[in-house]
Amino acid sequence: MDTVKAAPKNNAPIGHSGPKPNVAALVALLAIACVVPFFLKGYHHLVLTQMLVYAIAILGLNILTGYNGQISLGHGAFYAIGAYTAAIMMDKFDLPYWSTIPAAGVLCLVVGFLFGLPALRLAGHYLALATFALAVVVPQVLKYKGIEHWTGGVQGINIIKPDPPFGLKISADLWLYFFTLAITVIMFILAYNLLRGRIGRALVAIRDQPIAAEAMGINLAMYKSLTFGVSALYTGIAGALGAIVVQYVAPDSFTPFLSISLLVGVVVGGLATLTGALYGAAFVQFAPNIAEKVVGIPPQIVYGIFLIGFMYIMPLGVAWFIHAARRKLFARQRASG
Amino acid sequence: METFLHQLLSGLATGGIYASVAMALVMIYQATHHINFAQGEMAMFSTYLALTMINAGVPYWLAFVLTVIISFFGGMAIERIIIRPVEKSPVLTVIIVFIGLLLILNGLAGWIYTYTNKPFPSPFPDRSFGYLSGHELGSIVVTLVVLSLLYIFFRFTPLGLAMRAAAQNPVSSRLVGVRVGRMLALGWGLAAAIGAVAGMMVAHIIFLDPNMMSGVLLYAFAAALVGGIDNPWGAMVGGFIVGVIENLAGHYVVGPELKLTVALVIIIGVLLFKPAGLFGKVLVTRV
Repeated sequence: MDTVKAAPKNNAPIGHSGPKPNVAALVALLAIACVVPFFLKGYHHLVLTQMLVYAIAILGLNILTGYNGQISLGHGAFYAIGAYTAAIMMDKFDLPYWSTIPAAGVLCLVVGFLFGLPALRLAGHYLALATFALAVVVPQVLKYKGIEHWTGGVQGINIIKPDPPFGLKISADLWLYFFTLAITVIMFILAYNLLRGRIGRALVAIRDQPIAAEAMGINLAMYKSLTFGVSALYTGIAGALGAIVVQYVAPDSFTPFLSISLLVGVVVGGLATLTGALYGAAFVQFAPNIAEKVVGIPPQIVYGIFLIGFMYIMPLGVAWFIHAARRKLFARQRASG
Repeated sequence: METFLHQLLSGLATGGIYASVAMALVMIYQATHHINFAQGEMAMFSTYLALTMINAGVPYWLAFVLTVIISFFGGMAIERIIIRPVEKSPVLTVIIVFIGLLLILNGLAGWIYTYTNKPFPSPFPDRSFGYLSGHELGSIVVTLVVLSLLYIFFRFTPLGLAMRAAAQNPVSSRLVGVRVGRMLALGWGLAAAIGAVAGMMVAHIIFLDPNMMSGVLLYAFAAALVGGIDNPWGAMVGGFIVGVIENLAGHYVVGPELKLTVALVIIIGVLLFKPAGLFGKVLVTRV
């Protein structure tokens, strides 16, 4: 009968919490990320910073969707909460920009946890539906007149770009880039530590075999809501950084398209991988522009084609593809040598 | 009292549109257990087709019928080409494909027709009948006609019976000679056609643009959940209920700016307190 539901399955290989990171490659990447910006112009700093912001948000969504198997089509809402937290703190209370990052994170952790509690009862489609509704509603709530003196209504809030500290002789854009880079590195290390041990295994177990996981003594309710909270925390921090980078928040920046972009990033980068967030962020940052300016088609179409195409051809995303290619290459080298 | 009756009746008019879209959602859900997130964009695209024909000088009702037919075959084609390959995949994969479809249709419409609002004509007389405008009354009639036709189709025709059988028990249906795959495609075609009708009715009220249906889709989700996502007649009742709640709450409680939030509250409320909806089957997970 159709009233009996089979245990849900996910794409990523069972028992895996993602390809092992290649430490040497990551250190090299970090070195490049530190040196290259000195040879770039101001606008490019903003583009790269925005890309890092997306990477943090996509990492957060990937913890939820990739590792824990909970689908969210509404993470733009948490991004918006983070962005507005930063904007209100800086504009209304004159607080320093760096203090808004932990505040946005904690606020989103709490809101995400609270949203995760009822979301527990919703699996698969229903969670997707509820979060989709959340994504559609966000701009309307932000425009609401009753909270206009906080949010600035339709106009939004302007933020002043922070100056580099300690009298550093670099531009404000470059400082913001390094600030974001530092936070990105911290957030990735934290995620790695969170996911590689007991908690990471529990999340993957809940995704692949929820009933068995519960039988093994994993507190499903606690883990799932906490994952929602942690995921929201990442996205909220990204939102706060994003607001500081673009120096402006307004309701229409947080349409459902933002939530979907984050999902696109997760899918393209690779479900249940850490490095995937970087590939996904690069895609989300550059693909729409390339599509619009070079090829002349709207970003939605490109996103749509990539989403469907990845599901058909590479359901595990770029990170897993590179992982598999590298293994194949090394296996061949060993065989010939 | 005057305003109350007016709000109530125009709630019923929009409720009829939500009921149609909810019906389309349920039709696909029953057959495949997937929620079609692209349903709204499919309807929006059909409405643009209708507008193109009307602007080219085709009479309204001819354009209406042609749009419904084209949408029917378009829906079937989408099922055959895009959905079929991932039919048996995990929920996440299917939802991502639906979102991809949504994006492609939205982007295509924006690309071809631009993102500016366009007025959409109404075939109904431009005067009021009691508490209702001509268009509101007309769209209630159209909705009721569509829903009655569906009822007759599913209840009294062999093809309708075969479709219900394929949705309820695909394995046994295949054994007695029902072409289950074809029935799924047919279901998609019907869903697209119903969506097209709803799109053409609602476009006159809220103007046509590529994002027109996101709100309507949300109310339709709410309607389908209120009625029970696996019960088409429940979805219909749910549509009218949600339409009335939306209008009354928008007028008396939260104001017009927060109308969409009402849909979110209904969705989360139903999922939390009565996930099966008013008329749905209670889902049991077997360990």
